[in-house]
Formats: sequence, structure tokens, C-alpha cells
Amino acid sequence: MIKAIAEIIKKDCLQSGTYSFILKNKQVAQEAKPGQFINILIDGFTLRRPISICEIFEDSIRIVFAVRGKGTAKMAEWDVGKKVDIIAPLGNGFKDAASGEKLLVVGGGIGTPPLLELAKRSNYVKSILGFRNKDMVILEEDYKKQGTTVVCTDDGSYGENGFVTKFLIQSLETEKFDRIAACGPKPMLKAIAEIANKYNVFCEISLEERMACGVGACLGCQCIIEKDGKKQSAHVCKDGPVFKSCEVLL
Amino acid sequence: MINKMAVNVAGVDFKNPLITASGTFGYGREYEQFFSLDKLGGISIKGTTDKPRMGNLSPRIAETPMGMLNSVGLENPGIDYFVEKTLPWLLTKNTTIVANIAGSTPEACAEVAEKLDATDIHMIELNISCPNVKQGGAAFGTSAKAAYEVVSKVRQKTKKPLMVKLSPNVTSIVEIAKAAQSAGADALSLINTLLGMRIDINSKRPILRNNVGGLSGPAILPVAIRMVWQVYRAVDIPIVGGGGISSAEDAIEMMIAGASAFQVGTAIFTDPYTPINILNDIDKWMTENNIKNINEIVGTVLEW
Repeated sequence: MIKAIAEIIKKDCLQSGTYSFILKNKQVAQEAKPGQFINILIDGFTLRRPISICEIFEDSIRIVFAVRGKGTAKMAEWDVGKKVDIIAPLGNGFKDAASGEKLLVVGGGIGTPPLLELAKRSNYVKSILGFRNKDMVILEEDYKKQGTTVVCTDDGSYGENGFVTKFLIQSLETEKFDRIAACGPKPMLKAIAEIANKYNVFCEISLEERMACGVGACLGCQCIIEKDGKKQSAHVCKDGPVFKSCEVLL
Repeated sequence: MINKMAVNVAGVDFKNPLITASGTFGYGREYEQFFSLDKLGGISIKGTTDKPRMGNLSPRIAETPMGMLNSVGLENPGIDYFVEKTLPWLLTKNTTIVANIAGSTPEACAEVAEKLDATDIHMIELNISCPNVKQGGAAFGTSAKAAYEVVSKVRQKTKKPLMVKLSPNVTSIVEIAKAAQSAGADALSLINTLLGMRIDINSKRPILRNNVGGLSGPAILPVAIRMVWQVYRAVDIPIVGGGGISSAEDAIEMMIAGASAFQVGTAIFTDPYTPINILNDIDKWMTENNIKNINEIVGTVLEW
């Protein structure tokens, strides 16, 4: 983990209000693991913006973010050539992909980017990507390159009609998977955790929480985990953002 | 050679006047990945209580213009864990260690102080100003009588240099400062966070799960400067000033207002190297202004 300068070498607008940057920094790229995040400084703002890593290349990383407030709106104005002050890579990512393992990826909305690198590193992956509607769909082609991909929308305006949980259950009923990796809104993660438990599949989920330091010092981003029947405090930035779904209380 | 940055607060030596503020720096472990802790004048540890505390529910953080709110609520593993597991490691770091302590009753605070009295900790900072806990915390810090009582009880249980951290959420901070002094405080630190609130206009929900939280960051600097200046004129014990410091200029301003040393907190979130940058820039400023000893500037404000 370092504080570093990373230059934007590619910028894409994926959908209205959702952007993709490729940030060049070799050391960060070489240290980074799927599921980790970076903390981005925006001039004039006290707090950095934690954004998950979407893809890792030889000497660069990709992030995908949605404009949610003034800080991310400022980031959206950045262009190729901008040198960005980041602290990275941060947190604990997903368990390493193992060969011969069958992975089921479940992403909801802006929760889809953090799962892509893990999907790329798996020999066998099926992806279920859920979005509110047609205008929110992102990364469909990226996931299709990795394996079977189901895209669904809440209103049926694109792909399949329904929530990701419907297609998760269908997948688990018809095929044996070794692990699930999920990221998205909390109610979705809660439902996925219950399904994973029911089908007895190892499941990891990536959480989001409001953060200050991003390194585990300020204790701002607490979540509650349960280990050996005891409730314990954990922090999304340092102990997560990826947790075993059976351990975290949602 | 005399260290031109060295300061002494109530008999406690700090190699320079920069102390990392409680709650923003943990115990230094995370920031040791960025720089060596021996560069710091001191570290004020995460607020520690008699028993372990889980703190408040998340979300605990909200950004504000030039600052932030927090409602962590004194999450910590408790004094016994700290003394046994963390303090021995901290004492090897060649910097001054200040134990920030809090409690829900004067007796609980005194118990924590007593346990520290038997250790090699350098100083105690009694937090009578945490806005995020229901009992104790700020309640002690907002009345002179309650402040006097808790400081007296803690004073009886420890011979360690005792600094009392004051709340800005009061009508007259001078009154509380005087009460703490007469109850036996060796030094004062101020200010803690200012109570604030943010609301999501779409959901109409407060952003913090605790509804309210403590405001910190550059936005509160002028409040802190004003309060340090007021208190400096009213008490005889040294002051450690803090609240919104993010640059050498802010720190120097705080010392001119009357602070013998200063604390840096929220600015570390913006840039973890803030403490190092501040120290380098103060050094440069002293050279440029021919200041041989940083203590020369304390309380030198020329008020109108």
C-alpha cells in the first residue's frame, strides 16, 4: 500500500453518469488484488473517495464509478493526462481464484465492477448482472468475454426481467458451483447470503460503507461480523471490503 | 545542538509540538506504513474506556464543507487490552505517548487512569468532551461542576501528567477550563469536535445513523483558534491546541494564539503525510523568520 500518483491514460463514459478510468501506476498494479480498492484525493474535499478496482493490468488499473455527489461529479470532469493522488491498493480482496473451480459472480448496479478482475482470473465463471433498467447496464461485454453472462433488469427493459436472486437460484438448481462472489446493494447481498447458505456454497460479498481514513485507523466504516457465535466489530476498509457472507451481519 | 522544535507540556517532553489527535490515528500502526512514528512529537491514542466498546452503528462518517462529521462513539478494545497488547509496542516507537481516556462515570474514568498510573505511559488526556456517547463524554465537559468532579476523581488516582480535553459545545469554555485547572489538571487540550448534523434530502434521513456527530476538519480552525486564545488568557496551565489544523501556517497560528503544542487529526485523512509536511514547513518557516526556538512564539498574539 502506497500513496502514489497515477495518471489517467484512458477515460470512457459507460452510461450517463458512470465512468471508467485506466490509471497508470506500475507499483500499485503489481500489488493489487481482485476486490481491493483505492482511495482518491479530490482537490477541495476533506475526504478521499474509495473506489473499487475493476481490472488490473501490467502497469495500470481500471476503476469504474458512478457520479453520486459533488466529489464524484468533480472526478467525472477529469480527463486523460490528469495525475491523480491515490492511496492504493487497500483492503482485503477476494480469495484467490483456483484452477478447476467454478465461480458464480453476482453483481448489482455499480456493484458489478469490483467482480470483473476475479472473473477474469477464473477458469470457469458464470456472471449474473442486475441493473435497475436498460440505461444502467454496464460491463456486459467485459463479462461476456469471461463466460456465460445473464443480464437482468428490474423493469425488464433489457435482458431478462427480474432480480439477480431469481437467476442465482436457477443457476444453483441446474449446476454445481464452488463459490459465489457478489457485490451490490445491501438488501441484494442479504438475499444472496441466504441463498448461498441454503445451497451450501462458499460465498464472499464486497461491502460499501462511508469511510474517512481508508486504512483502518479511524474506525469510521464499521460492520458487525459474527465469529464463533460472538458478535465482533470489523471495519470495511481494513478487514474488508470483502467478507465471507456467512460471517457478516447485514 | 538544541532541538529548536522541542517543547515541554506540563513536564512532558515532546521532540516537536505535533501530536496526532486521538481517534484519527489509531495507535499509529496503520500510518507506520507511510512514515516512521519517531518523526512525531507525540501520539494521542484512540479514546480508551474501562470496558471494550463497540461504538455506534454505521454510517459513522459524513462529509461536510471543508470538514467531516463522525459518530464513531468511542469504539475501542478497553484499557486492559491496551495496556497489555498495545502499549508495550507503542513505547518502543521513540515518541511521546498520550493516553486519551474516557468513561461513562467519573469512577470509570478514574479506574482507567489508575490502571495507566502503573504503566510507563507519558501522559494522560482525559476526554470530557466526546459528543458521541450517551452518558459521560460531553456531559462532563459541558458543566463546570461536572468537569470539576470528574477531573478531581481522576487526579486522585494518577500521578501521571494529566491533560483535560475540552468540549467546544459550551457557552463559556473559559469557565470549564478554570474548573479543570482548579481540579488539578496539569494541561488542557482543545478543542474536541463541534456537534453537527447532515440530512439526505431525498430520504430525509440523517446521514449518520447516530443522527448527530462531531464536526472536524479545516472548517473548525477559527473556532479552535478563538477558544485557545480565550483560554490562554484565563488559565496558568499549558494548552495543546487542535481543531482543523492542516498546514504549518495553521499550526503556527494556533501556537501564536497560546498553544504550547498542537494536534493534527482530520487532515491526516486527506493526506497521510500531513504531519511530516507540517513539521518540514514549520522548520522552513522558523529558518526564514530567524526563530531559534519554537517556544518563542507561544501566546505572542498582539490583540487589538
